[in-house]
Amino acid sequence: MATFDVIVIGGGPAGYVCAIRCAQLGLSTAVVEREKLGGVCVNIGCIPTKALLHSAYILNTIRHGAKDLGIETGEVKADYGVAMRRSRKVSEQNSRGVESLMKKHKITVLKGDGTLQKGKQVQVGGETHTASKAVVIATGSRTKGIPQIGLEIDKATVISSDEALFLERTPASIAIVGAGAVGCEFADIFNAFGSQVTLIEVLPRILPLEDGEASDALAKAFRKRNIAMHVGAKVTKATVSKDKAVLELEAAGKTLTVEAEKVLMAAGRAVNTERLGLPEAGVQLTERGFVKVDPATLETSAPGVYCIGDVAGPPMLAHKGSREGVHVAELVAGHRPRPIDYRNVPSVTYCHPEVASVGLSEQDAKAKGLDVKVGRFPFSANGRARTAGETDGFVKIVRDTKYGEIIGAHIVGSHASELIHELVVAKTNEYTVEEVDLAIHAHPTLSEAIAEAALDSLGRVIHI
Amino acid sequence: MPTKVVMEALSPTMEEGRLVEWKKQAGEPVAVGDVLAEVETDKAVMELVARVGGVLLRHTVEAGATVPVSAEVAVIGEPGEAVSAAKQPAAAPKAAEEQATQPAPGRNQPVSMPPAPSPDADGASAATPVSGAAAAPPAPSPPGTPADRLRASPLARRIAAERGIDLAAVQGSGPEGRVIARDLEAAPVRTPAGPTVAEPARQPPAPLPSSGFTDVPLTQIRKTIAQRLAQSIGPIPTFYLTTEVDMERTAELRTALPEDGRPSFNDIIIKTTAMALRQHPMVNAWWQDDRIRQWHDIHVSMAVAIDDGLITPVIRHADQKSLRAISAEAKDLASRARERKLAPDEYTGGTFSVSNLGMLDIDEFTAVINPPEAAILAVGRIVAKPVDHEGQVQVRRRLRVTLSCDHRIVDGATGAMFLKTLKQMLENPLALVW
Repeated sequence: MATFDVIVIGGGPAGYVCAIRCAQLGLSTAVVEREKLGGVCVNIGCIPTKALLHSAYILNTIRHGAKDLGIETGEVKADYGVAMRRSRKVSEQNSRGVESLMKKHKITVLKGDGTLQKGKQVQVGGETHTASKAVVIATGSRTKGIPQIGLEIDKATVISSDEALFLERTPASIAIVGAGAVGCEFADIFNAFGSQVTLIEVLPRILPLEDGEASDALAKAFRKRNIAMHVGAKVTKATVSKDKAVLELEAAGKTLTVEAEKVLMAAGRAVNTERLGLPEAGVQLTERGFVKVDPATLETSAPGVYCIGDVAGPPMLAHKGSREGVHVAELVAGHRPRPIDYRNVPSVTYCHPEVASVGLSEQDAKAKGLDVKVGRFPFSANGRARTAGETDGFVKIVRDTKYGEIIGAHIVGSHASELIHELVVAKTNEYTVEEVDLAIHAHPTLSEAIAEAALDSLGRVIHI
Repeated sequence: MPTKVVMEALSPTMEEGRLVEWKKQAGEPVAVGDVLAEVETDKAVMELVARVGGVLLRHTVEAGATVPVSAEVAVIGEPGEAVSAAKQPAAAPKAAEEQATQPAPGRNQPVSMPPAPSPDADGASAATPVSGAAAAPPAPSPPGTPADRLRASPLARRIAAERGIDLAAVQGSGPEGRVIARDLEAAPVRTPAGPTVAEPARQPPAPLPSSGFTDVPLTQIRKTIAQRLAQSIGPIPTFYLTTEVDMERTAELRTALPEDGRPSFNDIIIKTTAMALRQHPMVNAWWQDDRIRQWHDIHVSMAVAIDDGLITPVIRHADQKSLRAISAEAKDLASRARERKLAPDEYTGGTFSVSNLGMLDIDEFTAVINPPEAAILAVGRIVAKPVDHEGQVQVRRRLRVTLSCDHRIVDGATGAMFLKTLKQMLENPLALVW
């Protein structure tokens, strides 16, 4: 039984960042975590998948590009088990990093399940702790299957990313249900490590939330690497046995069958709102099952109880949760942080080529009736991309016709995840395409493609 | 001369590192930049590199050991230096000179960022917080039309130009009060007839911490004064003015107040100072490098000693508050300051400071200006002594106060006139309610 200023339930990227910011602002803070600090992101999400994707990238580079670069190799052997264990090490290091950050900021870590009680109290184990200022719910989300059609995650034949990250070897074949960021990243990984991959997406294209051209570019790259894709395809029935699954798909009025050794479920995540005592504490949910919050303050329907991260609603992204954590910490400390502008949250898929974006797709901008102009620049016309032999992809900027405001930016290609931030900074600070061009870009760099895309939107592109 | 190799802070949060593997062995030559060892930090395995060249004389710790930042891990000697020097470990470390090149990244950085000033819509508190430690060199403002000085995002400028909105009349809600596109949604459109009637932009009552200010552009003479004085005496050319105040009447009136909730002399001085500042806006100001910001609101910082330093909680709108309210607030702020329970916005955003050491029997002293404020008042103790009073020697309670002034903002006469007002008010306490 202890009293803190703030108790954060959940030690993922939303929760632990919130706790650190609280501590920086002089608030005594506790974090409740039932598993490892760092949450899904650090332990079974962002970090280990990126470690595996790096292995996949090196494999593909050696297989498809080494000879041209003057590197002769013998037969290249891929060992998923080894790559997996390296990814575990990276995760563990990161989790320990979070632990030491908690220590450094004198944040109390309460191990166990946190249950909300009335009056800003949180029960952990047998103990009840009191928050004098705020309780922050940051319990995140988890993988889910589709039991209605026979695709319940059995952790053997039907798996989720949670299991995929611990496989000792890759299956001979795998069907991935859902072609969002998670599905596409695992398609990339398993393909590189030798599985026959089939990617199934119910919406009309892979990465359905990205700009259409980005989806097309990635699909083209995947096709080249023999990743099978079925888009606009609904799984109607699944027959799961011990060593394989047979999926029946319906696409464009036709029925087809996909057989695979394993099925990876990557179609959405379920939020962790159960067994938290939410209804008892007066915390309401939305119709879609997220915790209902005031969009400006992230306060729930229970006064003094805030909610951040996945459980507070989409987009379910670590960096969105972290920002919400900082926001709530500053509010609780009596500051007046600037509102979070959800239009400026970048989104990244780390397959190869990488896909990164901020703001609206061209399709969405037009659907909203905005008067926009589009600028594009392909990496095939960029010197630095050529030197690396990585000329897939492009930069695309959607700008407002009248004012030049950056409405959306989309990058497909090598290092897109890093490049996008120039445009995130620009968009967040309301620089228009003209300011982007005004900044002198070093030569030769991939970033030049951004300046060129900005110029292209103004009708002044130089290098094509 | 042997040089110590120490465990460096390889990440800003690193407190100790595990020496994973030695890459250089005793006796091996090393050049600047050579990797000496691999070190596992709280985040990653990183490389410890040599900052001096020579010969690695010995490892002080074995691979696998965990070592706090700054502790010695090895010794590098000059090429000629015999490895045998390593045989006398007792002598070597003493003579060893810590390798002094660039400090390890993060080592000297504050462990945490100072709390960001809250981006209030009015931009008032977005300026330098009271701590003001990071006096970054001012960005030279490019010469140009006044419009260039307006803080507005490029997008906001473009929209304003297109729609005929006067940006100067728009309250910004972006960083440091910058006008962003959102702020233009409700902005009045400039009429072709002329500039929009400047509506009194400051609505009372002001939200915390301040509702407005007047930026006074620097005249050439002020610029020259500022430059010359700063050259002469340091970045804040300070001078001091002392006056002695007769406190008899104030003391009498104070005693007349009910004991429960009776204001301290300090409370009275804070209130009086705030009232005097009303009449002397030049003293209620901040130095802003390219201009002087005269605050319209009066927020008095009071220096409070705490265990390991001092902090300056702010009594906002001290001129408008009753003595009783100030007394209660000062008590609350001081006690929470000592418990370290102040929120950052409770100790930032002051426009003038008062420091009182009277309770510690200090007769008079000079206080150090809390930048960017223009001045600080140092309050000594009230002491009864014989003085000339209306032609007779009387024992009267007297108080010595000293005003430290930033000469770039406040000239001698300006400061003196402020002190005179303060003195008159304290000697005629009715002025407080006048």
